Amino acid sequence: MEQKSKLYVTLLTGRTIEQGVAKERGKASSEYAESVSVCYMDPEDMKQLGIKEKTNVQVSTEYGSVVVKALKSLRAPHPGIIYIPYGPWANVVVNPETHGIGMPSFKGIPAEIEPTPNVPVLNLEGLLKKQFRKG
Amino acid sequence: MQVVKAVTCPVCGSLCDDIELTIDSGKIVKVKNGCAMCESKFLGYCGEHRILKPLIRRNGELVKASMKEAIGKAAEILAEANYPILYGWSSTSCEATRVGLELAEEIGGVIDNTAVVCHGPSLLSVQEVGIPSCTLGQIRHRADLVIYWGSDPWSAHPRHIERYTAFSEGRFEKSEWRGYLTKLKALIGRKKIESTLRRLFLKKRPSVSAAPEGKVCPTISRAGRKLIVIDVRRTKSAEMADYFIQVEPNKDYELLQAFRSLIRDQELDVDKVAGVPVEHLEEVADAMVGCSFGALFFGVGLTMSRGKLKNIDAALSLVRDLNMRTKFIIMPMRGHFNVTGANTVSTWQSGYPYAVDFSLGYPRYNPGETSVMDVLLRRESDAALVVASDPVANFPRKAVEHLVENPLIVIDPHMNATAQMADVVFPSAFVGIEAEGTAYRMDHVPLPLKKVVEPPRGVFSDEEILRRILSEVRKIKKAKTTEEA
Ligand code: SF4
Repeated sequence: MEQKSKLYVTLLTGRTIEQGVAKERGKASSEYAESVSVCYMDPEDMKQLGIKEKTNVQVSTEYGSVVVKALKSLRAPHPGIIYIPYGPWANVVVNPETHGIGMPSFKGIPAEIEPTPNVPVLNLEGLLKKQFRKG
Repeated sequence: MQVVKAVTCPVCGSLCDDIELTIDSGKIVKVKNGCAMCESKFLGYCGEHRILKPLIRRNGELVKASMKEAIGKAAEILAEANYPILYGWSSTSCEATRVGLELAEEIGGVIDNTAVVCHGPSLLSVQEVGIPSCTLGQIRHRADLVIYWGSDPWSAHPRHIERYTAFSEGRFEKSEWRGYLTKLKALIGRKKIESTLRRLFLKKRPSVSAAPEGKVCPTISRAGRKLIVIDVRRTKSAEMADYFIQVEPNKDYELLQAFRSLIRDQELDVDKVAGVPVEHLEEVADAMVGCSFGALFFGVGLTMSRGKLKNIDAALSLVRDLNMRTKFIIMPMRGHFNVTGANTVSTWQSGYPYAVDFSLGYPRYNPGETSVMDVLLRRESDAALVVASDPVANFPRKAVEHLVENPLIVIDPHMNATAQMADVVFPSAFVGIEAEGTAYRMDHVPLPLKKVVEPPRGVFSDEEILRRILSEVRKIKKAKTTEEA
C-alpha cells in the first residue's frame, strides 16, 4: 500500500467511557488529560500514514490544529473517520458555527491528519497557555 | 459502618436510584450497583483535585481568599457587568438553578444551560413538532422494540440498556441478556473455529466464512424484544444490538426521511440511502411497524451533525408517522444528571427552557441570538458566572477566547480547565453526595438527591453560594440607587 504523509478525513467528537470515568475522578487529573488527548483511527488509515499505535499526530481543520496521540480504533472499520473524545484538545479543532441555533458543529468536520512523532502532546496547562495565554 | 440504600446516582441522565453506599467514618468506602462512572464519582469525589478554599486571581495567580472576600468580589463583578452570562446548571440541583434564575433577572444577564451544546436542537424541534413520550418504567415493562440512534449508551449511559430497555426484566417483556450471551458465545466459538482453521490451513481464510459486514442479521425477524442501533460508528452498543445500521456521517436526515417513506409504503427508487442498502432499511421499517410498543432514543449524534434540529424534526415526524400504525415513543438521551431539571426549572421561572436573556428586564428567548455560544462568538458578554460545568473544556476555541478575556467566576467542587482560567473560584459541595436537592431524570421524573456525607469544612452548596452572591448583589445595587437619589 502506498504510504501518504497526510490524510483527509472526517472528524467526529463524542464521549468515551474512559473519559466519563476520568472526568468524575477530577478534571485536573492526568487520567482525564490522557483520556481526551487521543485520536482513534481506523487501523487501515494508520497503515496508510505509516504510523504505529501511540504515535503523535497533528489534526488540523479550518479552525485550528492540535497534536494528539493516535490510537487504534476498537470499533473499526470506519476508514476516513477519526474520533477525538470531547475535551480541551478536541475544542481546538471543532467548528464553532452554530447555524443560528446556539449549537456548534461538533461532528462531521473535514480534517487533515499527519504524523508528527517528534512534537509532544501538550498537557492541560500547556494547552490552555498556548491557546488562551492564561491559566 | 453504615449502609445507605436507594441513593440516586448524580452522574448521567439515567439517574439510577438503586445505588447502595457503605459509609465508614464519614467516607464512602463501597459502592454497589453503580456503573464505572458512578463508582468513580462516589469514590473519587474527595480526591486531590478538590478545591477547599475560595480563590481570587491576584497579579495573574489564583490565591486563597476568605468566603466573604470572594462573595464580595463576585457580586461586584456581576453588579457592574452590562451583559453577563450565567452558564452551566446541568450538574447541580433544581433548587440551585432556581436561585440562578433569580440572580440572572436581578443583574439582567443571559442564563443558559449545557443543553445548548447537547440537546438544544431537540428542544427547539419539540417546540415545533411535539413529542410522544412516556416514562422509562413503561419502556422497561412494555417496549418490544428499542432503537438507539446516534447514541452510544454503553459509553455515555452505561446502565440504560440494563435498567430500562433491552436487558431489563419487564413485567410484559423479558430481558434479552440471555439471548445476547448466547449470541456472544456463538460469536466467540465461531472466532475460535475460524482461527483454528486459519492456523491449520496456513493463514488461508476458511471457505465458509462469517456473514459479511452489515449483512442481514437473522435475529431481526425473531420474536421477543429487539434492539436496533443506528450510528456512524460500530460502537460497543452496536455490538450488543440485534441489528446495526451504519449510516454515513452527516446523512442521518436522509435516512430518517427514507424510513418515513418506507413506513408509509412508498417505494424508494435508489439502491442505497446514506450508504445503507435499501433492503436493510425495509427490514428495519418492517420491524418498526410490526412492533407493539417501540421506543426510539436519540443522542447527540443527531443534534450535533449536519441538519441539527432538522434531524430531530425528521425523527419526531417519523415517530408521529409510526403512531398511525402502532405505538411508538421517542426520547432524547440526556447527558448530565440534571440537564432535564435545568430546562424544567428554567421553563417554570421564565417560560423558556434555555438561552434566556433578561437584559431588557423581561425574559427573551431566541437561540442563535440569546444562546451563550452565540453571545460569546459575537464577543458581546462582559462577565461570566459558571456553575457546575466546564465550558473551557467543552466549547470551541473561539468561544472560549472571549469567555476568558472577561472577568470569570466559577463555582465547582473540582479544579477544572475553566476554574484554572477564572478570576474568582468558589469550592462547592457535591449535590447528591454532600448536599441534597432534586434532579429530573431524562423522562422528566423528578428524583430526590441524597446527602450521605458532610462536605469539607467551610464548603457550601451551590444554592447557598448563589444565595449569598445574590443578596450581596442586591446590597450593592441598593447602595447605588440611594447614592444616585
Ligand atoms: S448509568 Fe448513569 S445514572 Fe446509572 S449508575 Fe451509571 S452513571 Fe449513574
